[in-house]
Amino acid sequence: MTSNGFPPARIARLALLGFGALVFLSPYIFMISTAGKTQSDIFTSSLTLIPQRWYFFENFAKAWSRVSMPTLLFNGVVVCLLILVIQVIVAVPCAYAMAKLKFRAARAMMVLVMLGLLVPIHATALPLYVGFDRVGALNSYVALVAPFTISVFGIFLFLQFFRSMPDDLIHAARLDGMSEVGIIARVIVPNAWPAITAFSIFSVVAHWNDLYWPLIVVSNQAYATPPLGLLYFRAAEAGDDYGALMAATLIITFPLVAAFLLAQKRFVEGITMTGLKG
Amino acid sequence: MAEVIASSSPSPVSVRAIPRSDADRHEARAAWMLAAPAILLTFLFIILPVCAVVTLGFTDFELGYSGFRFVGFENYAELLNDRTFKQSLWNTFIYAAIVAPVSIFLALGLAMLIEAEGIGRSFFRTAYFLPVASLIVAMATVWQYLFHPSIGPINALLALVGIEGPNWLGASSTVLYSLALIGIWQTVGFNLVLFLAGLTAIPRDLYSAAEVDGARSAWDRFRLVTWPMLGPTTLFVTTISVINAVKVFETVKTLTEGGPNKASEVLLFTIYQEGFVYLRVGYASAMTVVFLLILIVLMFVQYRIQDRQVHYT
Repeated sequence: MTSNGFPPARIARLALLGFGALVFLSPYIFMISTAGKTQSDIFTSSLTLIPQRWYFFENFAKAWSRVSMPTLLFNGVVVCLLILVIQVIVAVPCAYAMAKLKFRAARAMMVLVMLGLLVPIHATALPLYVGFDRVGALNSYVALVAPFTISVFGIFLFLQFFRSMPDDLIHAARLDGMSEVGIIARVIVPNAWPAITAFSIFSVVAHWNDLYWPLIVVSNQAYATPPLGLLYFRAAEAGDDYGALMAATLIITFPLVAAFLLAQKRFVEGITMTGLKG
Repeated sequence: MAEVIASSSPSPVSVRAIPRSDADRHEARAAWMLAAPAILLTFLFIILPVCAVVTLGFTDFELGYSGFRFVGFENYAELLNDRTFKQSLWNTFIYAAIVAPVSIFLALGLAMLIEAEGIGRSFFRTAYFLPVASLIVAMATVWQYLFHPSIGPINALLALVGIEGPNWLGASSTVLYSLALIGIWQTVGFNLVLFLAGLTAIPRDLYSAAEVDGARSAWDRFRLVTWPMLGPTTLFVTTISVINAVKVFETVKTLTEGGPNKASEVLLFTIYQEGFVYLRVGYASAMTVVFLLILIVLMFVQYRIQDRQVHYT
């Protein structure tokens, strides 16, 4: 369907796509532009993209000093990594057992998984909060990570993937005297990287962005994740200091956007895989 | 290594007719061990809390007070007369009714345009997908600036053509629509990527076959080939979009706190307020049960449609 000429229909199509892209990208354009403007510049010329006075450094310095950005980013990375690693370590063996081992509970567990897929953190948050409060575990990495250590979605995704792996592979490994744990570590995982990558992207995007649960269990800046930290920053910056606000949003949005731009192909594959199978 | 193993044993005998042999028992034991952590955590963090939330919904439990009593359906009776809750349900419905269809059809349209276009495919995909990979709390802040009634670029643009822009997030008549706009911006890229995958999977020769059979216009080709072939993708995209729209929270919490005048109260925000700000856990649990029921109904509808759907592939 691709043609080399530029008939009117094609020009219209490109114009439409281009205009749409411009609209979708405009928040980023204004974010970058505003992060470099002085307060008075912001108030007088909202449609000029190039700052009259170059103010990037001052705005970034302000954003950096009001809320501890390194702490936020560090917390975000720690929480997302801990969640991801534990999720994979818990879900992969379970999915392997359900897909490849003879095991009477497998059917009951499948029902459990399908039901679990229905339940988001918002539905379990109240009792979990009461529980964490009782054991005095609020404001900790444990509280931020624990409820997400089990990902039924991960089990579901890996299960689908493992089912399509040939049994011969596993039988052969067993004949070689490998234990089940050895089979998972040396046969299953090396062959399951596409599924693990896809799941990793899904998990990191979800938990890097999550506001609901951190908002509930964390009231101490020391454990704030990036979305929560930005909320604090907004509260501290009450008023219209949009320059500093945009600088802060830029710093906080950057890591994941950069990761996406660098590993675009994997992101898209991951979303399609987790999406279509989830 | 795996390939070496595979090729060294062409087809191992897999006769496993003898029931309950030693090997079977050993296998079952290994399976239990492997699944144990997952089963334990599922009970601890999903099943137990869900049972607890249903139970708490029948109590007057409040954080900070010791003890509680069972009040039967009192919480649910209160919900029926709770104007905030009803407003919140209605707002969530309106929000989902705007965001889901618009983001689905916009994504489908854009996906078909991108699919038909040779150049700039990955650029367009990236541009539309970028919001999905961006921190929503951060981007909501950017939108707040864009929507600002006096210094925001949107109203400045409108002023250029002589229109006096509304107070987008600040007026109760427009706030929900402004939030929906952000929701659409945030969702389209995700749906687009799924539709692109669905479109690529449609065999090219189906289009030529349709043309031979008399489907001349682009609309005919869409109606006869693209739409039916995309059926499963569309169903999935629809379910995900509706569920995500019902779960709207981040933008509301960041930008409006449900205001002005409760015009942007949405379900999860109301639950959050009741449970974690006013600490009325029992009452908020009853709301959570309603929220769960909505999700269950949505999933049930999806399964029903899926069962009836004709599968072409």
